[in-house]
Amino acid sequence: MSSQTRQRSQTSPSTSVRPDSGGARFGRILGRWAIPVLGGLAFVYLLVPIVYIFVFSFNQPARTNLTWRGFTWENWQNPCGAPGVCESVQRSLQIGLTATAIALVLGTLLAYGLARYAFRFRDAAGFLIFLPLATPEVVLGASLLALFLNVGMQLGFWSVVLAHVMFCMSFVVVTIRSRVATLDPRLEEAGRDLYGSPFQVFLRVTLPQLVPGILAAGLLSFAMSFDDFIITNFNSGTLETFPKFVYVAAARGIPAEANVIGSAMFLIALLVVVVMQIVSWQRRRRLMSAR
Amino acid sequence: MSAGTETRALARVAQAQAASPQPGEGGSRRRRKTNAVTEPEGRRGKAGYGLVSPGLIYLLLFFILPVFTLLATSLYVKPPGADVGQFAPALEFGNYAVVLGGYWTELLRSFWFALLATVLCLVIGYPMAYLIAVRLRGHAFLQGLLLVLLIAPFFTSFVLRTQAWKQILADQGFVVQTLKTLNLMPDGASLTTTSVAVVAGLTYNFLPFMVLPIYANLQGLDSRLLEAGQDLYANGVTTFRTVTFPMSMPGVLAGTLLTFIPASGDFVNAAILGNNRNTTMIGQVIESKFMRVLDYPGAAALSFILMVAILILVTLYVRRFGTRDLV
Amino acid sequence: MSTDTAQDTLDSTPAREEESRGSELTLDQVSKSFGDFHAVKPLDLTVPAGEFFALLGPSGCGKTTTLRMVAGLEKPTGGHIRIGGTEVTALPPFKRPVNTVFQSYALFPHMSVKENVAFGLRRRKVRNWKAQADEFLDLVELGHLADRKPAQLSGGQQQRVALARALVNQPEILLLDEPLGALDMKLRRQMQSELKRIQTEVGLTFIHVTHDQEEAMTMADTVAVMNAGRIEQMGAPEDLYDLPRTAFVANFLGRSNLMSGTVTGTGSGADGLLEVETSGHRLLLDASRAVSTTGDVLLGVRPEKIALRPAGTRAGGQPVVVGTSGVVNEVDGTVTDVSFTGVSTEYRVDVPGLGELGVFAQNRDGTRIRPGDPVELTWDPARAFGLDGAEDAAAGEGAA
Repeated sequence: MSSQTRQRSQTSPSTSVRPDSGGARFGRILGRWAIPVLGGLAFVYLLVPIVYIFVFSFNQPARTNLTWRGFTWENWQNPCGAPGVCESVQRSLQIGLTATAIALVLGTLLAYGLARYAFRFRDAAGFLIFLPLATPEVVLGASLLALFLNVGMQLGFWSVVLAHVMFCMSFVVVTIRSRVATLDPRLEEAGRDLYGSPFQVFLRVTLPQLVPGILAAGLLSFAMSFDDFIITNFNSGTLETFPKFVYVAAARGIPAEANVIGSAMFLIALLVVVVMQIVSWQRRRRLMSAR
Repeated sequence: MSAGTETRALARVAQAQAASPQPGEGGSRRRRKTNAVTEPEGRRGKAGYGLVSPGLIYLLLFFILPVFTLLATSLYVKPPGADVGQFAPALEFGNYAVVLGGYWTELLRSFWFALLATVLCLVIGYPMAYLIAVRLRGHAFLQGLLLVLLIAPFFTSFVLRTQAWKQILADQGFVVQTLKTLNLMPDGASLTTTSVAVVAGLTYNFLPFMVLPIYANLQGLDSRLLEAGQDLYANGVTTFRTVTFPMSMPGVLAGTLLTFIPASGDFVNAAILGNNRNTTMIGQVIESKFMRVLDYPGAAALSFILMVAILILVTLYVRRFGTRDLV
Repeated sequence: MSTDTAQDTLDSTPAREEESRGSELTLDQVSKSFGDFHAVKPLDLTVPAGEFFALLGPSGCGKTTTLRMVAGLEKPTGGHIRIGGTEVTALPPFKRPVNTVFQSYALFPHMSVKENVAFGLRRRKVRNWKAQADEFLDLVELGHLADRKPAQLSGGQQQRVALARALVNQPEILLLDEPLGALDMKLRRQMQSELKRIQTEVGLTFIHVTHDQEEAMTMADTVAVMNAGRIEQMGAPEDLYDLPRTAFVANFLGRSNLMSGTVTGTGSGADGLLEVETSGHRLLLDASRAVSTTGDVLLGVRPEKIALRPAGTRAGGQPVVVGTSGVVNEVDGTVTDVSFTGVSTEYRVDVPGLGELGVFAQNRDGTRIRPGDPVELTWDPARAFGLDGAEDAAAGEGAA
């Protein structure tokens, strides 16, 4: 409820006619503060483990990272100190970038085609894209593993990429499709009217306008792939990704270097999103002021 | 669950948003037909097929085909004298009876845990969504900040975050020690390796799934409606009960589905925070059968049962609370 | 670009007019259906080169679909489209010598004004696209805003960019789809004369789609009134207004009083006059201005063609209106409503048997007539018109 709404309720006849009993006042104070307090507490709940991970990334090294021993910069200065951490991060980055690139190309074309062209199987295709999103990850992972085992495919980098492209693509399609739907079809018609061939129109009129959507889809697709554990666990064989490294390491104690990586990813993501917001905010302001 | 599933929530939010403004599909389709004069229908042509076929073929190959392979695998039999992990194609429907008989408790427990987590997520998540979407309307910076804080944890490994909870709640950890010093907890008890810890973990991990769709829905809510509610002498609670909540039903529906579906198939929370015979979820069984016991037909049959059970539950749920009846 | 060269280009525009680069447009039995819905019924139409042609009609009448078929954005269900004698029916939009000014402009939001204007030139690989884009930006007086983004322009400025973006390609036909629809009243008037000026300057064939009858009549050489997928009537604005041939045109283009009656014979004395019996009144009508000269007819007369004066004034004076044929129609009635609009006054007069007639009177003298006053109405049979009696007298009323 906006402050405007609240002001209105105070001056509305309902409050001026009714006697302002203690109960009513209590109710109003509760109504005003309940939401911010409850919501705020929920955000604290959401961030507790992040803070914990961040704090323990500065813990002095030992065999395990369970109890606080003292502050050190050491882990941040040498995040590759623990064996296997950086190799797994590098592999996760490679998988994430490859899968995102493929999913973006396939997904953008699919989303554009579905939104702009009429054909017989459009509803069925939409349902097919939605299904992976409505299937538990264990089932996705298990069914892909069943396929790979049956055709005798070697589990490793490419089996993981194939699996990631599958679920990333559905996501990319849904994001970009809703964006294509908001594009003015007249712009593309104007492009064709002004001597642009269909390919030129897609490249110079449609694609530039989809860039914000493609960026967002790409960022989140990368995050999904980078952090996926369940599907990767089924289809990676002996290949170790970062989430897998953490899961396996949990048995013998997660090294503080993993906390460094996790904290750094959080901070980088925060930075990227904040910068993106500031840029778009400034652009909007510039447009407003120039008018 | 993972950032994978978490961010997929966003996709579903986007889809829910795209679909929600239309009152009913039949109506909009009819409208489109009469509007044909000014708004062109989708173009027809080979180019359209060229654009969609690579992606659709990919999904057929790596989603539909695997699901059928899974179905086939669930009917395989172990030939006499075969090695561990060696099976022959067959039509052994008995596999289903075997796994159902052996693991029906885990299956029911998974749905029960998922249900509890969904309800908790709704109770905790609704105020968050309301705070960002309605209370902070007009404060773009605060809105943006809270949204970022909601999404940014996706980028920290969820395995790492779940593991962090385990350490925070561990027997020798700060929380348990404090509770024991204050005599709020009996000496021998612990917080981890309990059902409570597993459900709390599920709730924690799936909270953004609940908040995002409700937020998306409440964001589009016309604040004049709330003012109208207040103007007609409804107090805050009545306005919420009679206007706000019913209007946000599509978001609530999407949020509950997004929480329930992945939560019922999750095994990481149960493995890290539970790790106890009384907290085992079906995802753990499937994982261990596939990855450790190498009982592929059993694992495939369980996966298939899980998938079908979820489809049935979701269909019933959507039939009962579907947006079409409510809006 | 210096001011000198800008001047040169402006000077050079009349030269283009002499070439008259506009082309003739021919539609031959062109039709379009969406499923069961016939948006455009088989249509024959020829627009001469260099003409400002307006397609006027209410929304959904098929005018925009017709325009889109000419642009190539819609494939006709049947028929042939020719531009300057060349068959273009099967050509995609980017191969037609036709450009469009879109409704709500459709400017590319991610490009600057200049990039928008240069888009078509660059797709056609025109070598000096920079100079040409500048030239046309100057033509619409927006040279100083070339580097802005469309979102930074006002509605009127965006409209000019859209115009420059289409004109710069020197198409043979320029299509305008409700180009002024998004502008406010004042700007609209200004842009109307602007468009007309530019059209005379560049000498192109303009095809202008609009639902605004005043806009169509002000700008176009020829207006075609469309309704339900077909052209009802076509001609110069004055002719259409003066002699509508259908009830739809009579009501959609301006206003009309339509009275149903039956032809009972030729008028007494004078030649070429029809006598129409309408519930107790015998009214005269110029036979050459009637669609049918026998049976049931709708007799129409425009509100400003009726003269009104207080009852009884005739007895002492001369008849105020003497028709070109020497006779007038006369009826008596009672004023039911008066609305004063400044230059004129609009009366509603109840005439027993005929119903309510609308009358517009110039406020030339100080006569004050109030509701309830008895009045006499007269009009010249040569200013009235006759329509087919089977038509719905209310067709096209309020449709815009």
